[in-house]
Amino acid sequence: MFGWFEENGLLLGLALLDGLASAALIFLVAVGLNLVFGVLRVLNVAHGSLYAIGAYVAASLGIAFASGGLPPWASFAALVVAAALVGAVLGPAIEGLLLRRVYGQEQVLQLLVTFALFMILEDVQKLVWGVQPVHHDAGLRWLGTVDVPFGTDVIPFTAYQLFVLPGVAVLTLVGLAWFLRRTLTGRVIVAVTTDREAATAMGIDARRVYLLTFTFGAALAALGGALSSPTAALVPGIGAQTIVLSFAVVATAGLGQIEGAALTALLIGIGRSIAVYFEPELEVVVPYLIMVAVLLVRPQGLFGVVETRRV
Amino acid sequence: MTEAAIIPRRTALLGAAASGALLFAGAGAEAQPQKPAELKIGITTFLSGPASVFGVPGRQAAEMLADDINRQGGIGGVPLRLFFVDEAPGTDHLVGEFRRLVQSEGVQVMFASISSGSCLACTPLSDELRKTTVLWDCGTQRIFEEGNHPFAFRTQGYGTPEVLAPLLYLLRHRSDFRSLAVINQDYAWGRDSWELWKTAMDTLKPGVRVVAELFPRFNSTDFSTEITRLLALRPDVILSTSWGGELVTLIRQAVERRLFERSLFVLPVAEASLPQLGRTMPAGHIIGARGDHWNNHPAPRDPAALKRFVDEYRQRFNEYPIYPCHHMAQAFAALQGAYARAIQAKGGGWPNDQELAAGFRGLTFPTPTATITIREDGQGLEDQIVGLSAHGDQYPFAVPEKMIVYPGERVSAPAGQKSVDWLRTLKPEIVQQAGRPLGAG
Repeated sequence: MFGWFEENGLLLGLALLDGLASAALIFLVAVGLNLVFGVLRVLNVAHGSLYAIGAYVAASLGIAFASGGLPPWASFAALVVAAALVGAVLGPAIEGLLLRRVYGQEQVLQLLVTFALFMILEDVQKLVWGVQPVHHDAGLRWLGTVDVPFGTDVIPFTAYQLFVLPGVAVLTLVGLAWFLRRTLTGRVIVAVTTDREAATAMGIDARRVYLLTFTFGAALAALGGALSSPTAALVPGIGAQTIVLSFAVVATAGLGQIEGAALTALLIGIGRSIAVYFEPELEVVVPYLIMVAVLLVRPQGLFGVVETRRV
Repeated sequence: MTEAAIIPRRTALLGAAASGALLFAGAGAEAQPQKPAELKIGITTFLSGPASVFGVPGRQAAEMLADDINRQGGIGGVPLRLFFVDEAPGTDHLVGEFRRLVQSEGVQVMFASISSGSCLACTPLSDELRKTTVLWDCGTQRIFEEGNHPFAFRTQGYGTPEVLAPLLYLLRHRSDFRSLAVINQDYAWGRDSWELWKTAMDTLKPGVRVVAELFPRFNSTDFSTEITRLLALRPDVILSTSWGGELVTLIRQAVERRLFERSLFVLPVAEASLPQLGRTMPAGHIIGARGDHWNNHPAPRDPAALKRFVDEYRQRFNEYPIYPCHHMAQAFAALQGAYARAIQAKGGGWPNDQELAAGFRGLTFPTPTATITIREDGQGLEDQIVGLSAHGDQYPFAVPEKMIVYPGERVSAPAGQKSVDWLRTLKPEIVQQAGRPLGAG
């Protein structure tokens, strides 16, 4: 056993570094979905589209900034602006025009509505950005690489991957935890998540909370997409695979649990990385193996609370 | 007593006469079809999802080519009308649409498909419906190696030559490599192309150490972990038959982390991604095009035709044509050739389905770069050009230099043989003998 660690310890270290960056992106997308699901109780399939549109808008803004003569670091501002734009424009529009009509309806209907929206937004992406890969990585290149020692060798990692992605994820986690627990608006959101009926009976404007939460969730999805844009080439379909993984995180984490989402993302990110090193064939199924393992032991999710069924 | 025995004799005679008349009428209708008001062509291609990076350029090329042909009076005086079907929803949807187009819309010819899975689903339909089906882009070797399809014809090369040619180039260019890693998409093409490569490599250069076989899930957007592993393993050669956005992402992430400086990449499907990569694609790595249709082909058969096609496509769609566009052009060229042949064989009459199929079998048709011959089994023999990525002033993206052209018949499994079996019989001489260097590069 110790011999194995001695032999593969360095590889495990590399896998951890890779897993951290991967977990950061997974967390940013899944936490928005988890928040929306926790408050609105709507499983939003179109969350993946918001991720994709966030990525496309960030790349377009980055390209526009670069062609406008702005320095490469300005493309980091483009990431944040893109997330805010997508959240502010699409969030209220989707919540107000579509989701508001299906609150409290059958879950199948909610799923169909958000799936239809997903399909529409996929076509919108093709209409606006076409089908050829779009990318912009000026900021990533500007940050350069960091050589990580590996025995007598060095392995170059991008500084963006090592520092920016995990950094933004940690900031988001801490910021969200502070917002939800220390601010009045955050506490109101938590109250609605915990017991919607009691919260509205206490005079909380649930409609406003729904609007705010969905807008925030949309911005988080878009931020995840924006942060992935410097490393990935954007093509039609990137939203679909993101949403499937995010659902696995939400199910594993527990309803509305941001710390649960962070821990699950970390487990999945590192689990997948380790699989690539030691058993590549398992990489695809690792998220779902983790999900099944957790749900077998804790059906309510890692941090979920058992709910009593009201009759 | 059997049921037949109790049918009155007169009724039986009447029935036989009626059946005979129907048979005769049917045969007559098939033998002497009227020239239609329009030639309906059903085209299956990816209009959504990640493979639309190929499918949409393919559709654009089809629309452009049909417009050109119609401006010149159509085929045999009949204008073309195209019907497109999206492959993305899956084979069930595709098979239903194929039937609908043939049986309800009266489509005379089908063009199918980009995905090998789609082609495997469509070719049995061509048998059943006896409808000429042009396999315009898919690459699986299984189609003609696992069965006879009298109405199916592939108007381009396929997986075996598209993988073997880059391997032969590698063995000629860097014969001293000792280790190799593969990173392919986790689906049929990624797995099949690796099997073909590995079989041929084990035959021609036994003892190469395969240090990693990586198959990231289809449509991945992050290859950081795979790249870290490859950086740590330092293989002499990295093979990837990936395509589309995934190949662009893989190359960009590998460039950022200096993987191209440690290993020689072999990218048999690179051509379609090079315009998106621009100057990012490093020089000196092996690139293929699923054919011979490079923009900088030093000696095309018809330079004016190649330039005309590229210029017209660029003018209309504001981008360079990529290989699905050329494959679509090959399908249309073959269609024109087959109709001309079938009409001539019929003394000017409009051919029925069997006569059109006969027009395809053994057909040699021109492309801007060379000629393609459709073998008796329906497989097209297309030349493959492989080279090293290089940058110049003429194009804002990498194009090949030090090109070698591999004639289709030299790198394709002979008709009736399975690719894997044939690859096991290759002799080392093929490395030097199969290809011919092109131009001065």
